[in-house]
Amino acid sequence: MNGVEYLAGGPEVSNTPLPAYSEEALIFLSDLSAKLLHDPRTRAYPDVTSFGFWCRKANLQKLKEECADRESRLGRGLAFHVAPSNVPVNFAFSFAFSLLAGNGNIVRVPSKNFPQVQLICKSIKQILPDHSEIERRAAFVRYPVDQAITTGFCAKADARLIWGGDDTVQAVRSCPVKPKCIDLVFADRYSICVIDGESVLQADERSLKKLAENFYNDTYLMDQNACSSPQLVLWLNGGSEARERFWGAVAEYAGNLYELQGMTAVDKYTQLCEDAVERPEVEKVLRQNGNLLYRAELSGLPENAGDDLRGRGGYFYEADLSELSDICPVVNEKYQTLTYFGLGPERLRKMVIDDHLRGIDRIVPVGRAMDIGVIWDGYDIIGTLSRIVQAG
Amino acid sequence: MEFGYDKLLQMEPYGVPKEAKQKALAERLIELTERHYNSCCEYRRILDVLGVDPQKIHDCEDIPLLPARLFKKVDMLSVPREGIVKTMTSSGTSGQQVSRIFLDKETAADQQKTLVKIVSSFTGSNRMPMLIIDSPAVLKDRNMFSARGAGILGFSIFGRDKMYALDESMELNVDGVKSFLEKHSGEKIFLFGFTFMIWRHFYKELLKLKKQGINVDLSHGILIHGGGWKKLELEAVSHREFCESLREVCGLRDIHDYYGMVEQTGCIYMQCEYGHLHASTYSDIIVRNPKDFTVAGVGERGLVQVLSAIPESYPGHSLLTEDEGELLGEDDCPCGRLGKYFKIHGRMAGAELRGCSDTYERR
Repeated sequence: MNGVEYLAGGPEVSNTPLPAYSEEALIFLSDLSAKLLHDPRTRAYPDVTSFGFWCRKANLQKLKEECADRESRLGRGLAFHVAPSNVPVNFAFSFAFSLLAGNGNIVRVPSKNFPQVQLICKSIKQILPDHSEIERRAAFVRYPVDQAITTGFCAKADARLIWGGDDTVQAVRSCPVKPKCIDLVFADRYSICVIDGESVLQADERSLKKLAENFYNDTYLMDQNACSSPQLVLWLNGGSEARERFWGAVAEYAGNLYELQGMTAVDKYTQLCEDAVERPEVEKVLRQNGNLLYRAELSGLPENAGDDLRGRGGYFYEADLSELSDICPVVNEKYQTLTYFGLGPERLRKMVIDDHLRGIDRIVPVGRAMDIGVIWDGYDIIGTLSRIVQAG
Repeated sequence: MEFGYDKLLQMEPYGVPKEAKQKALAERLIELTERHYNSCCEYRRILDVLGVDPQKIHDCEDIPLLPARLFKKVDMLSVPREGIVKTMTSSGTSGQQVSRIFLDKETAADQQKTLVKIVSSFTGSNRMPMLIIDSPAVLKDRNMFSARGAGILGFSIFGRDKMYALDESMELNVDGVKSFLEKHSGEKIFLFGFTFMIWRHFYKELLKLKKQGINVDLSHGILIHGGGWKKLELEAVSHREFCESLREVCGLRDIHDYYGMVEQTGCIYMQCEYGHLHASTYSDIIVRNPKDFTVAGVGERGLVQVLSAIPESYPGHSLLTEDEGELLGEDDCPCGRLGKYFKIHGRMAGAELRGCSDTYERR
């Protein structure tokens, strides 16, 4: 098709399925893992490293064993992926999940020229000739927004994985597909962090530093620009002493690592002023370490938090909870990840289920917000992208 | 006690030494801060949320900043709407958000008076025959009218017998310009326009004509131009090349760029014969480190804050721009003018595109 650039693979992509967790897929991905982890250029990109680490042989073998009915599962055929434009390596995870499920894949990578995308696609291109079964099942494409091209790819798809904002999702979903095609939609989401203030006060210096580092990795590391990156920090037992201790540690850690761009500083300051004018629930905004850390203190939780209360580059909203269930009335389907410190995940999961919440798909400790896996956005991705062959 | 603006306006634009200027400007800016705090609820909310007490401000550097971009998103007034006589907007193509600046009679008049004080110190107080390097369509077409139109109208007070050098389709009216220059031969001519428009529609045409043997003599002219350099930077034209090229093609030597923005009309920063932009007595710039907004020293690049003693009808006396600048010195420019002088390096990387002539696209 005109205007389509193939970064790896070619226009003919097979829709003949492979079994779930096929040997071919496992060997290919572990080769890719080795290649990426041995490439000195990878070191500059922690996200590429974590992808390489995720698809090493031992981890894939473990996932395979966890999939109890893998012997009766086969891929759906051909999957078309529209990768998110803000997170460079998600296209690679999206591809790997679908390959493990047994599908051929056409992956549209972000149009923005991320070095991580180049690095991964080049490595794939280099090893594809050694993996003929995968070679005929993989294409990595880049093209500017073009509905005609997207329509062409959609027409062949048995499954679509659509990552992106509401507009992208709408545009891709409006392209016609075969009757049995299924869609996995990873739309714009909202994430929060719940911290127990008592636990912060009890933490020793080392665990406090670790907590700050983990929080940094969930937020600043991606400029707070990923869906699973918390925007809102909620405190249980959160007296001012606990808060200052936590934020002081975060600011100190971020101060050594975070490169605040001039324009991000203007953006944050502008947002502060807009919040002052437009959001009566914002009581004050505390600024720490210059423009590094902005904390907008809320008097209460607004119903539309998931749409409105979003910061970038170290702009957080925070509020007190008198009890955990205070968050239930505002949680809607936008809410994806809840990170926690000082309270148990089972208690949180019980709340989501017992209170019949429409959102919160992931409950992970602070530091794990970015760890994407085969269960994501509430989907069992491999289960959904494969079909069950029933017998007996 | 009210200090008002008149006291400041009576001072020389480039003749007040640092201490005296900072004192007079701080008094006025503190007065404006209190005024806006008491009269504009949005401004008050912002200061409250920032935790700033207007009673505790003592000098210019303490005046809280408002991002210039905020005027694109929020209407802010410090007088009742009935008192507004003029709403200024920044240029913008359709779909782009524009700033909306609300002027009452006093603020509009003070802008005009200030511009006269600043510009006439460069041009002299006599009105000169004026050649506008733009098209009269700018004032007719509502979509084009805004900062560009306002600039032309604002500077028109320095000219008489005005003529537009470009026609409705932005083509140079060679015959018209030639007969205008013949009519005013021996007189000093005032030229005004936007940097990019001058380069593309005036300079390039003059160059073509020169190759055909047709010469236009502007050695008696003074050119004032503004509107930013972004488009010329894309064509890799430097300020120096701009001036030299114009001199070669038509003998024009007296050329002054200016820096200014619709949010603080009147207080423009004129460029001296040494190529430095100058703050007048009525306004100032502070360069700030993006990391923490601390004040940057001479020679350090940072975000530009602009202060203006004029705005009473809207809270725009202390604004954070998205431009990167550098203070070159204070009170010691070789041109002899007092006050800070500085350089603008363009928009901060990643800044949303905006500007005066910068949004103009050739159709």
